[in-house]
Amino acid sequence: MPIDALKALLERAFPDATELRVDDRTGGGDHFHVTIASPRFNELPLIDQHRLVNEALDAPLHDGTIHELRIKTKGTA
Amino acid sequence: MSDELREKIQHVIEKEPVALFMKGTPQFVMCGNSDRALRALREAGAPVTAVDILPDPAIRQELSAISGWPTIPQVFVRGELIGGADIVEELAANGELQRKLADALGPEYWSAEDDRTVNVLS
Repeated sequence: MPIDALKALLERAFPDATELRVDDRTGGGDHFHVTIASPRFNELPLIDQHRLVNEALDAPLHDGTIHELRIKTKGTA
Repeated sequence: MSDELREKIQHVIEKEPVALFMKGTPQFVMCGNSDRALRALREAGAPVTAVDILPDPAIRQELSAISGWPTIPQVFVRGELIGGADIVEELAANGELQRKLADALGPEYWSAEDDRTVNVLS
């Protein structure tokens, strides 16, 4: 999966992100590291922050396009 | 088969103090993220009960259906989903994991036994 396609999914889910980065960890298009800072994460437990990211990437996570995903979320407060 | 498997997974989640669903076993870890979660739990002194999800794809399907969490590893403390490798690492680094373990298992939690592995297929 190209980085841009994954990034587009995240941008749609987090239009207010102040930081949004996707790294392809192996260059193979299936091991990704996403970093997102959004006001939506403020005051939200870490597990719920990650849940929002997982939900945004539901399709590629379920069909196996994403083999490995690392997530780093931050609030903006 | 599926109902029985789901019940066994549910049982591990509910009955084990700390359950780690991983790729491989603590003795032979098959994935970097499972390794990160295991290390973070060990560093926090957690009594880990591991379940290898690799022997049958149904384990992962049933687990994710129960937890609503799509990726592996998954860590549960006293039945509560804590998260995957990134979350467990971050919580271990800021001391939150140790606090959670002490709250859920009692302040002497780290004196419990070594890692063990359970099989949900048999």
